[in-house]
Amino acid sequence: MPLSGLKFGKKKLKEEERHLQANNRDFNLEFEYANNSIKTSKYNFFTFLPLNLFEQFQRIANAYFLFLLILQLIPQVSSLSWFTTVVPLVLVLTVSGVKDAIDDFNRHKSDNHVNNRPVQVLINGRLKDDKWMHIQVGDIIKLENNNFVTADLLLLSSSEPHSLTYIETAELDGETNLKVKQALTVTAELGENLQKLTDFNGEVKCEAPNNKLDKFTGTLTLHGEKFALDNEKMLLRGCTIRNTEWCFGLVIYAGPDTKLMQNCGKTTFKRTSIDRLMNVLVLVIFAFLALMCFILAIGNGIWEHDKGYYFQVYLPWADGVTSAPYSGFLMFWSYVIILNTVVPISLYVSVEIIRLGNSFYIDWDRKMYYPLNDTPAQARTTTLNEELGQIKYIFSDKTGTLTQNIMAFNKCSINGKSYGDVYDMAGQRTEITEHTEKVDFSYNQLADPKFVFYDHSLVEAVKLDDAATHGFFRLLSLCHTVMPEEKKAGNLVYQAQSPDEGALVTAARNFGFVFRARTPETITVVEMGETKVYELLAILDFNNVRKRMSVIVRSPEGDLTLYCKGADTIVYELLDASCESLKDETMEHLNEFAGEGLRTLVVAYKNLQEDYFEEWHKRHHEASTALDGREEKLSELYEEIEKDLMLLGATAIEDKLQDGVPQTIETLAKAHIKIWVLTGDKQETAVNIGYSCNMLHDDMKDVFIIEGNTSEAVLDELRTARKKMNPDSFLDSDEINLKFENPSMKSRILPEEQANGVYGLVINGHSLAYALEGNLELELVRTACMCKVVICCRVTPLQKAQVVELVKKYKKAVTLAIGDGANDVSMIKTAHIGVGISGQEGMQAVLSSDFSFAQFRYLQRLLLVHGRWSYIRMCKFLRYFFYKNFAFTLVHFWYGFFSGFSAQTVYDQWFITLYNLVYTSLPVLGMSLFDQDVDDRWSMRFPHLYEPGQQNLYFNKIEFVKCVLHGIYSSLILFFIPYGAMYDAVRSDGKAIADYQSFALMAQTCLLIVVSVQIGLDTAYWTAVNQFFIWGSLSVYFAIIFTMYSDGMYLIFTASFPFIGTARNTLSQPNVWLAIFLSIILCVLPVVGGRFLKAQLMPTVSDKVLGKIRAAKKRPPPPLPKTRLRRTSTRRSGYAFSHQHGFGALIMSGRNMRPKLPFTTTGTFSPNSEKNRHK
Amino acid sequence: MPGWRHRPLPGRGGAGSRAGGALQRSAGTMAAASPCAEPAARNKPDNTAFTQQRLPAWQPLLSAGTALPLFFCVGLACLALGLGLHFSSDTIRELELDYTGAPGSGHNCSRCANASLAGAGGCTCSLRFELPERFPGPVCLYYQLSNYYQNHRRYGVSRDDRQLSGDASGLSNPATECSPFRTDPQGIPIAPCGAIANSLFNDTFALYHLANGTFYPVPLDNRGISWWTDSNIKFSNPELVNGSLEAAFKGTTKPPNWPHAAYMLDMGNTNNTGFINEDFIVWMRTAALPTFRKLYRRVREGNFSSGLPQGTYRLDITYNYPVLSFQGTKKVIFSTVSWMGGKNPFLGIVYLVFGSACILTGFVMLAVHIRFQKQNQMDVE
Repeated sequence: MPLSGLKFGKKKLKEEERHLQANNRDFNLEFEYANNSIKTSKYNFFTFLPLNLFEQFQRIANAYFLFLLILQLIPQVSSLSWFTTVVPLVLVLTVSGVKDAIDDFNRHKSDNHVNNRPVQVLINGRLKDDKWMHIQVGDIIKLENNNFVTADLLLLSSSEPHSLTYIETAELDGETNLKVKQALTVTAELGENLQKLTDFNGEVKCEAPNNKLDKFTGTLTLHGEKFALDNEKMLLRGCTIRNTEWCFGLVIYAGPDTKLMQNCGKTTFKRTSIDRLMNVLVLVIFAFLALMCFILAIGNGIWEHDKGYYFQVYLPWADGVTSAPYSGFLMFWSYVIILNTVVPISLYVSVEIIRLGNSFYIDWDRKMYYPLNDTPAQARTTTLNEELGQIKYIFSDKTGTLTQNIMAFNKCSINGKSYGDVYDMAGQRTEITEHTEKVDFSYNQLADPKFVFYDHSLVEAVKLDDAATHGFFRLLSLCHTVMPEEKKAGNLVYQAQSPDEGALVTAARNFGFVFRARTPETITVVEMGETKVYELLAILDFNNVRKRMSVIVRSPEGDLTLYCKGADTIVYELLDASCESLKDETMEHLNEFAGEGLRTLVVAYKNLQEDYFEEWHKRHHEASTALDGREEKLSELYEEIEKDLMLLGATAIEDKLQDGVPQTIETLAKAHIKIWVLTGDKQETAVNIGYSCNMLHDDMKDVFIIEGNTSEAVLDELRTARKKMNPDSFLDSDEINLKFENPSMKSRILPEEQANGVYGLVINGHSLAYALEGNLELELVRTACMCKVVICCRVTPLQKAQVVELVKKYKKAVTLAIGDGANDVSMIKTAHIGVGISGQEGMQAVLSSDFSFAQFRYLQRLLLVHGRWSYIRMCKFLRYFFYKNFAFTLVHFWYGFFSGFSAQTVYDQWFITLYNLVYTSLPVLGMSLFDQDVDDRWSMRFPHLYEPGQQNLYFNKIEFVKCVLHGIYSSLILFFIPYGAMYDAVRSDGKAIADYQSFALMAQTCLLIVVSVQIGLDTAYWTAVNQFFIWGSLSVYFAIIFTMYSDGMYLIFTASFPFIGTARNTLSQPNVWLAIFLSIILCVLPVVGGRFLKAQLMPTVSDKVLGKIRAAKKRPPPPLPKTRLRRTSTRRSGYAFSHQHGFGALIMSGRNMRPKLPFTTTGTFSPNSEKNRHK
Repeated sequence: MPGWRHRPLPGRGGAGSRAGGALQRSAGTMAAASPCAEPAARNKPDNTAFTQQRLPAWQPLLSAGTALPLFFCVGLACLALGLGLHFSSDTIRELELDYTGAPGSGHNCSRCANASLAGAGGCTCSLRFELPERFPGPVCLYYQLSNYYQNHRRYGVSRDDRQLSGDASGLSNPATECSPFRTDPQGIPIAPCGAIANSLFNDTFALYHLANGTFYPVPLDNRGISWWTDSNIKFSNPELVNGSLEAAFKGTTKPPNWPHAAYMLDMGNTNNTGFINEDFIVWMRTAALPTFRKLYRRVREGNFSSGLPQGTYRLDITYNYPVLSFQGTKKVIFSTVSWMGGKNPFLGIVYLVFGSACILTGFVMLAVHIRFQKQNQMDVE
């Protein structure tokens, strides 16, 4: 959808900078900026047919059929009636065309709907109702509450105090929390005074349209004064105005230039490996076709030379044919037409129908529907289904995917003292259960009733006016970007950008430091019941590089303080030397928290000197209005002031596991799927989640940790690990070593290497950066792929994609990436299959994903049930499809040897036309939509059944060759049995039936019954629909032949139906039926016998499992399958409540022996897991 | 908000047809997000057997319990059928007489064969032969051609069914497929047109039975030798003009190889002349294979209605049809028929062989099953 590209294409010059003036259409028109109408549709009424046909004929199969059609127009070559090619081609083109037309019609509808939305625009001092599409750059428009933002606007003024405007960005990035935008003070004064707004003639200079949603730089020049513009003042198209009565905005980017539209249409097409294989096979088939035609053409040359030349008494050569070789040449093309059915034109269409059907099953699955937020699973891409059955590597995000991303303030360390644990009388730390007494916050009227905390000593510390504790909570109540909302007095609701932040502010609120209101310049906090207004001087906001945020506030007492919170590694670098001992103590606590899987932040403060700050603030103002290099200048300034901080303590937030995660991971592991966790979290947290998810466990021989800081160290660590897992892999004789010593080997695909046990690997982000560099790549992938579990921590979004890319590059394996956040988008797009969790962090991952659902645990159903079935169905379909077309077509080949290589068809031309479209399409579709070898419960219970898909056993080149051989065998039977039966045969009344038409009818009837029986043999799951399709197709066949060969049809269309009477005369003969029966059993019984013997002599894993299931089905209902799943799930998702003191330290010390948890049976936190497993 | 965002680019696989669904869905989530919305399960998929893939089904499994009986039963059935076919094929009496008369064969008809090579027709020759046993009636008399490619594509299409069904426009303007036998060099349309009609087999046979030293003619019945549908529906003469078939054919010419026009095919019988001449119809039903036999006459009248008695016969042949130029052969065949038609040992033999193979395979499978069953079961545990 290169819609913006189209617009740009018209312009000669690419826009460098945008320059516009408010309320000055004439001025703005000079630049020919796009207006606000959008066009996502591809065709209009007149261009549809030519454009769509042009697109469709770019496909090789369609183009081939067009070529055939042209061939058929040459009389010397034409061997089939035109309709045999035209009918299927028209049908295929129609199906695709209708689909495209519906698509485009919907796009037109949505375009029109959007373009015709009403909006109020300020024209000549009055507000006028207009349509969206008429809005132009430089217009001032008025938006009201719950309106969609029309274009990318510069916010001028709004009804709310300080011209704040709240927006919801769900359509843009999927996040449902409110965001706040604020106008410049100078424009805020305009209010809703239409006169002032009309007179407003500010000039805006800003960057050219781009797709960065979170960045905008520009300046507003008003009355000669320059003001900096940034993203905080922009309302982007796609957002919705909330909680704001009205606001005015100046259109900066319109229509296709908006950031929303700039973000559309950059989806890369993903293709499945079967797709690629199919393309190869189609080429192979072309070659095969050419070979057959060549053989037959040679045969024709020889025949015409030896026999045809003499037979001219009765059959003169065709016009223009003067020699046998020339006849052979023409016959080559005639046979291209005859044998075209080996290249299945309906293949692609059928494949798409099957995938679409299987996608619908995913959408419809109630067991992947999450009732709590009413989210069903969704197959967003309908072309990747069978690949779900072949996954070998899963790359999972942690936050929001494995964990719920529900944050609860759990522990903290203040001034070297740790809070949050509960101790019994004897001073032993005890486990927190439902019965543990909660801290009573009733003394605090403003407390959040949902907040739960167990350690009473912290409340006491607050009540005792402990300065550090007060400072700690004061910081938490000040240093954040949360927006309060207080609709009723005392009923505070926080709108936080990140759940961590919300948890921290909520904690401060409950402990008596209630963040109550904010304005751009102030923060109102109720500190222990006393309302204080802090002056907010600067927010040094969080970003990925800084990993910290600070605020500078002036307290009511007049003290200037910088409060900072951030990642421990970052903040520790900035601390003042004076808090060295506190640093150590806090670090100990931090390790402890992280070891328990908690998310930590370090908080610190710094008192500022008035004069220094004044000077800094001035520079800050300058930097923030700079046009170029603003970001760099600002971050330099931030660096400068954020140093020599005083440590206050650390916070620890619990990140709850999602339901059923450990069980899911265990099941997937049993299916031999390797799971790699890629997380931005710190190592301890990640490792801990690894243990609590059942990924890492005590049975592992070792868990390697790669944390080297140099290239050499990383290499060394990787090699050590590999040496331990598989010492042989260092031998010179190792095939991979050999392979890479020999540079001529082109293929980089590595074979599987087996480790001598179960290992885990943990690699740190900074080490990963080294490992991903050129020469270490191979080491990394060899080592990592030998491990059962790999955890990469502290990785950036880019690294996530790189890791996926690495495995894609070196392993012949299908990868799946699952994540929920914007940071997973790159990985989701890179992997063969991207799965988005529609969870807390917003919709961005979902929008770029191929499949989405609400809970990680649905992944096992997606893969083990839907994926496996889709794969089996697709493979069965392809095998059968190629078989049936080969069996069908090759009969012509054999007949060539008996008909003078004259491109004579064996069947009636109508049969050739209808074979693929009518007679055999529905049964195979029925099988491909309904077939299941075992039902979903057994699929989940025996994850081993997933393995054939991973190894691509059901359809590959060898299987294809088998299909072809099977087809050749069947075609031999289908030709020679009728041949033998017809040879010199007469009817019981002495009349001859060895005529061509009877032979054709007999051969086609044999063929159709044989392929119908074959589909019956391939169908494992006979529903009523399958029965109906198979019997229906056969009945339709007989109905059609009796109709087509009837007297009436002949009398009406004499030339088209010359087979009159053949059906009646032939099918009434017993020996015809005996021959048909013989061909059926000759075609089918060897297959039955072969399959039986193969299952007996060389049973595959799935054969064995199927046998087991079969045995189990005979017995009374299986005892309790649930116990199998529950058996190993000793480490439950309740890790946050269940981990013992010092666990993190143990991990840190490198000892991987973990004590068995004593309270695993107490049914810790896992509310849904029980329920769900019983379904 | 528009649906286009939800589906970045409609994939090839019908993503677009689901765009409407995405639209609804997005509306649904928005409603769910609004504070007043109940946690209603508006997106909850329907619980039907179809959507949940729980359609009741029969799951036949290939096991020893099904495969072995199948093989044994089919094997026995094939053996039975094979024996039946074999014996009934054996009861059929068949006598083949080759009268091609290839040069140097010393055959009675060699003379005629040479004449036909030289382009002359109308030569007659006769063959004397013995029937070693009685042929029970009805006895069919076939002619058989070999190395004759009636199934050649260009040969097979070289006809005009419209013309043969008596259509007037077909007579005046034959189909282009008939070319080069569509019109004569003067442009007069040929009726019947095309290579098939032109190459009509025109040898004739007369049979005599030696009784008491005299050859008595055996009456040969030429009625009902073609399919009923062919002679009654597919082929019909053009509408008579003033009661005359000849007039109906006016404006057409005979095929080059024919001695007479079509309406003179059977001068004596108006029901058997023109396009509805049964010999012509039989010829026009082109054979599937390069060796074929076509019914010429049946012996079912008079003394011979119950069959041809054992003894000596003479066959008089009018040798018109040249086949030697392309190494073809011509034969005359006398054959009786049974319920399964003529003599064809093929089906019986294949059934017997396959039936035995089936039973043999059945035993092999049984042995394999017994040998490996335990082992496979142990593997699973």
